[in-house]
Amino acid sequence: MSVKFRVNGDDVTTDVDPQTPLLWVLRDNLKLTGTKFGCGVAQCGACTVHVDGGTRRSCVTPVASVAGREVTTIEGVSGDAADSVKAAWRDIDVPQCGYCQSGQIMSAIALLEATPQPSDADIDAAMTGNICRCATYVRIRQAIKNAASGRG
Amino acid sequence: MRDLGKPIAPSRRDFLAGAGGLTLATFVPLRAKGQSGEAAIIRGGAEAGGFAPNAFIRILPDNAITVLVKHIEFGQGPFTGLATLVAEELDAAWDQMRAEAAPADVTLYANAAFGLQGTGGSTAIANSYTQMRKAGAAARAMLIGAAAKTWGVPAGQVTIEDGVIKHAASGKEGGFGEFADSAANETPPEDPPLKAKKDFKFIGKSVPKLDTSGKTTGEAVFTLDVYRDDMLTAVVAHPPKFGAVPASFDVDAARAVSGVVDVKETPQGVAVYGENTYAALKGRDALNVKWNDAGAERRSTAELTALFRETAQGHGVVADERGDVAAALSGDEAVLEAEFVFPYLAHAPMEPLDAVVEQRDDTVEVWMGSQLQTVDQQTFAGVLGVDPSNVIVNTMLAGGSFGRRAQPASNFAAEAAAVFDASGRSRPVKLVWTREDDIRGGFYRPLTVHKIRGAMGADGALKGWEHTVVSQSLVAGSPFEMLIQDGIDPTMIEGARDLYYKTDNFKISVHTMDVGVPVLWWRSVGHTHTAYAVETFMDELLQRAGLDAVEGRLNLLEGRPREAGVLKRVAELADWGRAPREGAAFGVAVHKSFDTYVAQIAEVSMDGGAPRVHKVWAAVDCGQPVNVNVIEAQIEGGIGYGAGAMLFDEITLAPGGAVEQSNFHDYRSLRINEMPEVEVAVIDSDESPTGIGEPGVPPIAPAIGNAMRRVGGSTPRRLPVTGLSV
Repeated sequence: MSVKFRVNGDDVTTDVDPQTPLLWVLRDNLKLTGTKFGCGVAQCGACTVHVDGGTRRSCVTPVASVAGREVTTIEGVSGDAADSVKAAWRDIDVPQCGYCQSGQIMSAIALLEATPQPSDADIDAAMTGNICRCATYVRIRQAIKNAASGRG
Repeated sequence: MRDLGKPIAPSRRDFLAGAGGLTLATFVPLRAKGQSGEAAIIRGGAEAGGFAPNAFIRILPDNAITVLVKHIEFGQGPFTGLATLVAEELDAAWDQMRAEAAPADVTLYANAAFGLQGTGGSTAIANSYTQMRKAGAAARAMLIGAAAKTWGVPAGQVTIEDGVIKHAASGKEGGFGEFADSAANETPPEDPPLKAKKDFKFIGKSVPKLDTSGKTTGEAVFTLDVYRDDMLTAVVAHPPKFGAVPASFDVDAARAVSGVVDVKETPQGVAVYGENTYAALKGRDALNVKWNDAGAERRSTAELTALFRETAQGHGVVADERGDVAAALSGDEAVLEAEFVFPYLAHAPMEPLDAVVEQRDDTVEVWMGSQLQTVDQQTFAGVLGVDPSNVIVNTMLAGGSFGRRAQPASNFAAEAAAVFDASGRSRPVKLVWTREDDIRGGFYRPLTVHKIRGAMGADGALKGWEHTVVSQSLVAGSPFEMLIQDGIDPTMIEGARDLYYKTDNFKISVHTMDVGVPVLWWRSVGHTHTAYAVETFMDELLQRAGLDAVEGRLNLLEGRPREAGVLKRVAELADWGRAPREGAAFGVAVHKSFDTYVAQIAEVSMDGGAPRVHKVWAAVDCGQPVNVNVIEAQIEGGIGYGAGAMLFDEITLAPGGAVEQSNFHDYRSLRINEMPEVEVAVIDSDESPTGIGEPGVPPIAPAIGNAMRRVGGSTPRRLPVTGLSV
């Protein structure tokens, strides 16, 4: 059964088991490898993408459920918040191993799009679902604040 | 991992004598080799006009300087650190610098601390410091020689500044790329002079990391991101108990899953091959494997813990002894006795283990986060029956390791090779571990029991210290077994054997337990438990004696200026002596690991029985700092990693021996809302650089544990603190 949806602005049609998690369609079929596999059970956030602008754990999202919807990955995310977040991440060298950072960045962008000037509590609420085993959390928090104030 | 038979910082003599071919690696111009077919040496650098002064550097006509880094980059910063060392001596501009992983070749890229190519024991900077600077200085001399000849001026009048080669008198200037060709004809100097510290432009500063950009755009390529044409994806059903083997499984059911290509038994379990990941996973779910656990480790954590605790009461192998500790502690009412129980811990790097393998004729090519390239290369060669020189290992960026990718017996490489072999080798195979494979896959920080008896006088003198450690050896039965000396694996007691507090009466003994749970070094190795036992016990002695936790330690750190130095510095940083925030207390700990000294102070309050860590101050002395930003980041990360494990994590075996945890829902990771604020002071030093990847970890758990006692509770003597309740 084929599923039609949009990824980073392009129409795509996949002919896979409709229960296939979006994560594996993005990676195995579309070769959009910026979105990572970390746990497979929506516990770590490494697979975070945007679906119609909101964050979604692609590892537990059957591809059939995004039929007709707009999926955005780290490769395609754009706009003011995206630019600010990525620049802030680079500015203070947030990543260590880097494997979780696509997911962190996608969550941070969605946060700033919804809440341009987030409090610490807002940051906690938006980012607790994203694990970083390198524990780059001090810098993630700082980068989000820097991105917010830069857009101030 | 450490102390593999050589001093970590190579002396000048070692360097010139060529530890594992380092002299050759540094000083033989490799361009000729590149042209004679050994292209891997300047991989990707065979472009016309490229200059490869040695195995570590290549300079292209566009002025880009690529440093081939012999250490895997999984977050601790060697790409940036080793490039910094080269840039310093080359007088390059930082925006010229690039880094990529060196190929697997022990003759060129051995770790001077190990004698084989590999990363661990926080050695990357320590063992590269002189080598990479010499490599940069040699390249610099050759560029200057080439420019001098071209311009017809004395070499002594040619200088380099910010990547520009200059002759001041004539006003001539040029970039490195201009002389890349002609520099290749220069003779490399045998022992180029190095800069004095006062002239450093990069070392000791904070240049931006070279791997940051790709890690913010999704472009950084990890092993999981490697897709070869016609590639199969494989997953393996692993035994639920260590040592169990498949008794039966349903091949037909797995093969009935759309996209499943094949099912094969390997020494590690049952491999399912799919046209994509989801097919392989579904096929594995359908296997219905029945396991024969006759040969498996079937004891539960409760049984093992009881056995370890009972063993701690007996006499172990004495590792060190001085004075008469029994006499010193007999009849002393101040004797404190404590027992500590530390759980099995999984490393749980964000990227579970994975590898891609393919074969073309008699050449095998591998993509993986190889941490011990030499052993991995030999393992692929052995399993697949090819010469090690025909195994190309592409060391990929890896999503963390914390020790997990450095297996002395290369068990994961053996699995990847076996899975590829069983597939028939006609198509490339990507082996993927899921998080469940990772959490249940063994190679844990071992279950460990400590018993300490000690006493302190009212004057703060340490009367005696008797210490017993019960644990598993990390290296017994592996190619690293030679580390075991006089029946003792030194990794089991590092950080306790070398007790830094002055006492005339000291004894430490070890019991090495034989358990079928595979174990491995976990970020900071033995220090993960010894620092906790030593530093919480010492703190409790000081508190009972009514002495200040910082002053009391300093009194016992006679002749230990670097431990004392970081302790004083962190006390200044945290303004020790002031009142903590309401309801909180400060806890302090100091510990040396991997020749780096770290002291931390944690401010902690209790929240419903669980500690809340508000802020941590840290002081670090890792010798000459190379990149202050990376050092700070490693301390921040080490604090988060160590605190998460202390608070939440344990791997337990159920009755019968099956691992009870499976994923991040029951093997917790610290999350952003639990991360303390961190403030770090990096001490400047003229000593040789030492490690930074691990030393941030050991002090955090005891600093928190000490604060918990001082805020009115008690120091947990059985970790983790809270399990899953938080």
